[in-house]
This record gives sequence, C-alpha cells and structure tokens, in this order.
Amino acid sequence: MPKAKLTIDPYNIIITGVGGQGNVTASRVMGGMLSRRGFRVTIGETFGASQRGGSVMSHLRISAISSWSPQIPKDMCHLVVSLEPIEAIRVLKDYGNPNVKVLCNTRPIHSIGVISGAHAYPAFKDIRSWVAELSATAIFIDATDRALGMGDPIYGNIIMIGAVAGMAVLPLERQDFKAVMTAMVDPAKMRLNLSAYDLGREMVNATSD
Amino acid sequence: MSILIEAGSGDSRLLMGNEAIARGALEAGISVATGYPGTPSSDIIERLAKVAKQRHLYVEWSVNEKVALEVAAAASFAGLRSLCVMKQNGVNVASDFLLHLAASGTRGGMVLVPCDDPGALSSANEGESRHFARLVEIPLLEPGDFQEAKDMITWAFELSEKIHNLVMVRSVTRLSHASGNVIFGSLPQAYRSAFFKCDGALLDPMEGPVFSFPVALKHSRQQEKLRQAVAEFEQCPFNSYSGPRGPELLIITSSVCNLYCREAIHILGIEDRVGLLELGTTWPLPPGLMQKYLSRAARILVVEEVIPFLEENVKILAAELAPQIGNKKFFGKKDGSIPSVGEINPDLVIGALCNILDIAKETRPEIYTRRADELAASGAPVREMTFCAGCPHRASFWSVHQVLQMDGRNGFVCGDIGCYSLAMLPTGFSTLKTLHAMGSGSGIASGFGKLGEFGFDQPVLAVCGDSTFFHAVLPALVNAVHHRSDITLVVLDNSGTAMTGFQPHPGLPVDAAGNEVPAIDIASVCQAMGAVVRVCDPFDLEDTRRTLFELLEQRGLKVLVLKQICALSPQKKAHKKFEMSVDAQLCIGENCGCNQLCTRIFKCPGLTWNPENNVSRIDEVICSGCGVCASICPGGAIRKEEIA
Repeated sequence: MPKAKLTIDPYNIIITGVGGQGNVTASRVMGGMLSRRGFRVTIGETFGASQRGGSVMSHLRISAISSWSPQIPKDMCHLVVSLEPIEAIRVLKDYGNPNVKVLCNTRPIHSIGVISGAHAYPAFKDIRSWVAELSATAIFIDATDRALGMGDPIYGNIIMIGAVAGMAVLPLERQDFKAVMTAMVDPAKMRLNLSAYDLGREMVNATSD
Repeated sequence: MSILIEAGSGDSRLLMGNEAIARGALEAGISVATGYPGTPSSDIIERLAKVAKQRHLYVEWSVNEKVALEVAAAASFAGLRSLCVMKQNGVNVASDFLLHLAASGTRGGMVLVPCDDPGALSSANEGESRHFARLVEIPLLEPGDFQEAKDMITWAFELSEKIHNLVMVRSVTRLSHASGNVIFGSLPQAYRSAFFKCDGALLDPMEGPVFSFPVALKHSRQQEKLRQAVAEFEQCPFNSYSGPRGPELLIITSSVCNLYCREAIHILGIEDRVGLLELGTTWPLPPGLMQKYLSRAARILVVEEVIPFLEENVKILAAELAPQIGNKKFFGKKDGSIPSVGEINPDLVIGALCNILDIAKETRPEIYTRRADELAASGAPVREMTFCAGCPHRASFWSVHQVLQMDGRNGFVCGDIGCYSLAMLPTGFSTLKTLHAMGSGSGIASGFGKLGEFGFDQPVLAVCGDSTFFHAVLPALVNAVHHRSDITLVVLDNSGTAMTGFQPHPGLPVDAAGNEVPAIDIASVCQAMGAVVRVCDPFDLEDTRRTLFELLEQRGLKVLVLKQICALSPQKKAHKKFEMSVDAQLCIGENCGCNQLCTRIFKCPGLTWNPENNVSRIDEVICSGCGVCASICPGGAIRKEEIA
C-alpha cells in the first residue's frame, strides 16, 4: 500500500507531444517513480505508426486502490504535461475541464502542414492565453531551450518531469527518479539527468514566485 | 539486467502487457520463442531475446509468421514448451499451417499469442485473430488486465499440455502497449531436453508420426480436445462476475474492455444495478458458467472491439439455453449500442449504458466544450504523418516520383507494408497507388506486368523494405521472373525491420539474441533469379535517378536496391553526418522561382519556412544531418558541412 495519499484518486495525467519527443519514456519514468511509492499505475501509450510526426499521447492513471483503464475518460484529465505547445490545446479539447492543470514546454514543432505553408502556427502569446483560458493553472517553461543549453534536446523531457515534481501535485521524489533512471540509462549520463530534473523543479518554483 | 528476470517471486513491477506475457512464458518454462515483428506484438520476442542466454532459450525472429509457427511447432513435437507471437494479420499468413497443426495436435505445451490492433493504431487493417480459434477449433483465452496477461500464459501452457493442442492467447494494442502493476511468480529451475519420438504406432498421439491423417479421426480427436478445454473453462480462474445477484443489465465482456466497463460502471455509480461478467475464456464459451449468469438478467450488453465475435457466440449459446434461461434482450454491435468499427474506450461504454438505462453522465460545462472545440479547430493545426527528418525513404521517393513524372508514360508504384507505406501520403509525394498485405506490391505488380496483350503500356514499379523482401516478396518475384512480367522492384533497404524497432531479418549478420549468423544478400538473390540488379545510395539523388531511368528502359524483372540505414537506427541516431545551414544571402525565398521547393514539396520536418523574411531555415533540434536537402535546392542555398 502507498504511504502517501492522493488528493484525487485516480489522478489522471496526459503526457502529450509529437512522435519522437520521448513521450513514452517520460510516462514510464513518472509511472515507475509512483509505482515505487506503492501506487497502482496504469499507463496507456500509442506508438508505432502514430509516432511518425503525428500527435502522441500517454495516459497515466495513479491510484492507491486499483488499476484503471489505459484510456482516460473524456473531460477527466487532472494534469496535462505538454512537450509541445499546441498539443496542449488538442488534449484539452477532449480531456480538459475547468479544474485541469497544464505544464507546457514552449518549443514549437511545426507540422508538415505548417512547414509547407498550408496551415499557420499560432503565435506563442495566443497559445499561452488559450491554454490559460482552458485551465485552472497553466505553467510554461522553456524546457527544450534549456536542454539545448545542456547539450541535448532530449533532456527537455527530464526537465519536464522535474517540473511536474516541482508542481507538488503528486508524491514524486528525487530518490525514486534516481532509482528509475539507474535502471534505464547509461550511468555516465546520470549526473546530467539529475541536473535536468533539478532544473525543472527550480524552473517551476521560479514561475510560481 | 532485464526487468523480466531481476525480480523474484512475489515482487511487483510496472510491466507493459507484452512484458507481462513474456514473463508469463518464462514462468511457464518455455524453451523456444518465435515470431515476426509487427506492432503491437514485437516487444514480447524482443524481451525474451534479451534474456535468451540467461534463461537458456532459443529465440528467433523468423522470416515470416508461418515459418515462425512451424519452428515453434517443432519444439513442441520434441517435447519442449514453445511460444509463437505475431500481430493480427500475421495469423492470416500462418493460417494454412495453423489449420493443419490444430488437426495434428501438439506435445510440449504450445501457445500462440496474436496481438490485435482494434482501431488500426499501427496497422493497415483492424483484422481479427479470434475467428481463427473458432475456424481451426482451438481454445481461445483473452487476458483482461496486466496481471492476467502474465498469469494466463502459464495457465495456457498447462491447458495445452492437458489437451495436447495449441492454445491461443489473444492480446490487443491497449493491453500489449499499456503498462500496469504485475506481481511476479517463480521461474522454473529445471530445463527440458528435446527428443522427437516418431517411431511409435501410426495413431499414437505421443510417439507416432505427427500429421493430420486420417483426417476424420484426427478431426474428431481434435474436437474431443476442445470439449476437454471447455470443461477446464467452467472452473477457470479468469472468468469472474461482479455486481448484484439480479442485475437490471448484465454486461458480458473480455480483454481490455473489462477495464473500460469497470471504469464506466464506477463513473456512473451503478455498481448496484449492473452486473459485469468478465470472460477470460472466450472460445468455446463454457455453457454451465454462461447459463448461471445469463439466467440472472433479462437484458444483456456485450462489449467487445471490432467484429461481434463474443456477441454472436453468446447469442448462439443463449438460443441453445433458451428453455432454461428464457428470452433475452441483447444490446451490442448488432443493435448499434456499441460501434462496429474502431477501438472501444470508457466513454463509448458510458454512452451505451446511459442509453440502455436511461441515465445521464455529469459532464463539463457546455461553454468549456464550445470554447475548447473552437480553439482546437482554429489554433491546433492537424499533424499529418510524415517520414522522419533524414529518412532515406523521403529521398528514395523523391527520386522515384521525379523519374516517373519525367518518364511521362503514366507509370505508377505498387506499395507494400512498412514505414514506406506513408508514401501514399504527400510526405512520399503520393507515389504509392496500391497498398495491401506484406509482399502484395510485388504480386500485384507481377500481374500488371502481364497486361501488355490487353493494351497496357504503363511502367510498373513495386517497392518493398528489406524485411518484407524476405517475408513475402520472394515468391512474387519468382512468379514475375518465371512469367516474364515487366516490372521494376525498388528495395528500400534500411538495414533492419525499422518500423517495429530494428529487429534483425535474414539479410543481416545477426539474429534476435545477438548471435552472428549468415546474412543473405538481397541483390545476389535477385541476380540468381535472373533479374537485372543495381544498387544505389538513395541520398545520391542523381545516381539514383539515372539508374532508375536506365532500368525503366529494359524489359523483364529489374531490381534497384536503395541502401541507406534508417535515420532512427541506434547506429545513426544522434550522429549527424552533416551540419546543415541555409545561406540567407543565397535563399531568395519567394523571388526564387523554386516556389519553396524545400518546405512546400520536399517537406522534411528538419526544414522550416520563416514567413517574416521569406527564407528557409534549418531546425537544429529536428534536423538529422542527412544532407539531402542540399541536393534539391536549385539556388544552392542549403549548405552542408561534414562533421568530423
């Protein structure tokens, strides 16, 4: 049985982004961390063909009681973690509600429709106000840009996981992060992963000041 | 160490459904595992291959699903336990052998795991494997959650050895590719040794020869095995009921729909009104158990994905049991309560329950929904699927498309199954004009190539990947050569079964478990068949175009192997060959006359158009540094610099 209690059970998280951003890894790391705390975790993923440049979602259900459906019911998401700005809007359309919280990476990935000029990518200030309008809390962080500063954009995901921990909506602990990552990554990269995690936490704390 | 063997009995781990299936097979003491890659099934064989040495297993990525089933059957005939894994349409490929195997019977426990893809999340079809269990008369089990995915596999092996026949355990994408907590059982310590007893009496099932003759006798034995399985199903721990003794409505369901139904009942708060019968043994249905629960309710809702397989079987049984259970009112796919295509989710079950029970679900405010719909429609442009940045297929189809346009004789390309199927879309310049099963592009092309006597004069091309070449293209090529069909096959050789995660195939010098094995060279095989063969690097656009033109001029079977490793392969990923840049002085944007060739037509995600100063730009996060766009820019504005 888990030591910590959840304010909402099951707590529903959607991690969204574009194929290739490391969405599946992010969901497994968070799921693994909470599983170590004794929670029942269910993760629903889409990958395969949908990964080729398409929108990708992982659904995480965290519960002290039981396993839940790998698909979150419509309107019932509590936290959207968006690795790409407009993907947050797409998820809120189906799964959002006035109480939902959103954590959003600011770095856009242009679809080929945008690249070719068939569609326009919205201005960031518009996306920001739309997400704020459709959520109770909206936090934007420059995760990819900071990760580039660390030498590899893939750390953007870890920064985002650190940021979720910083939001303090779930019992995500640094020691669990370390334990889960130890089983997943090259030990030589551990220090950078921990720095990215810590950076994410700090970035969220800075936004809420 | 793999998560599958580092944890001991009683430990709990977060496992994918596919990992749970693999762990179940290890706990059952399998010796042999075979399969052909296909989403959502591939992880099972991959995970087993990783522990092959530690657990003394033989794990094989077979050339196709039929051979996979044959290889696994040999292990069973020799007394070992074997697992065979494939995606739904793989069962079609294996089905000829499957029919005969089900009739001959097995010895060591043998389990076939097909992973279906309702909603075709990663498929060109939403085919059904469940029907094969009924068609070839073998027992069918369907796990309903992650723990069952593991436990049911070990139970299936026991059953297989009790009845001496193959057992099918069917998974679906939302189970195979979802994760949940699984408590581990123990791994066996002893290993079996293999021996094929075949000198016994002709009809001796354990020591005689193994075949389906005499057919009627073997068929009646097979049906007796099925009756034995039904008797086991009556007591099976994987069938369970929850709800009141006399529910207003009985839901009968299986597989991942168990979780959707539980969630729907919970959300609507109707635990005291609705009964839920979760079936793990879905064919043949155990009549005693079914009678017990069917007699409790007058109204029945069957929840399942795609074809109404369970619904029809329940109805047949209900008709047989009518004297005992009375008339029932059925809801399901036939009356439209549950959609007949696509995957199911909790909301569809909630919708069905609200209609049947005349209740309403609390929803978010209408004004929120309206605004969210509005913003998504105007502010979240759709993401069409695309080849990855640096994908060799984009370069290949760029050349194929250009050659066909310049050739001007209405030539076309027959497509095949793999990442390159996306070439039916603008990302591959809409080059593919037919797309069906593995290998079908070459078979269809072989047919087109024989229509000359009916006035047909269009150049015929087919494409296939390197893994598909071995899987099902070879017989079609033999057919084309033998019948002098005029076709050009372009083999898009990216050195692995890329779409499903770089599994090895017979063209590579390594097997599933990492052992060194002889590689079969595609070009040499085609040459030996009498084809004219050329090999090019698709990133060399000019050479590829010139070679393809040359081949189109010739008659008979021509093969162009375009060899360039996948951009996402572990060898290539994160190793940029070129640092790309756009010379803002040379890119004159809309004044160029190229009409934004790089971003509007070539459309690599690594390029973006800057609408403010009307020039193209490289996105350094996305660009993989393949250098191809430098060859397509007519202004020479895209620069590549080799990274040391």
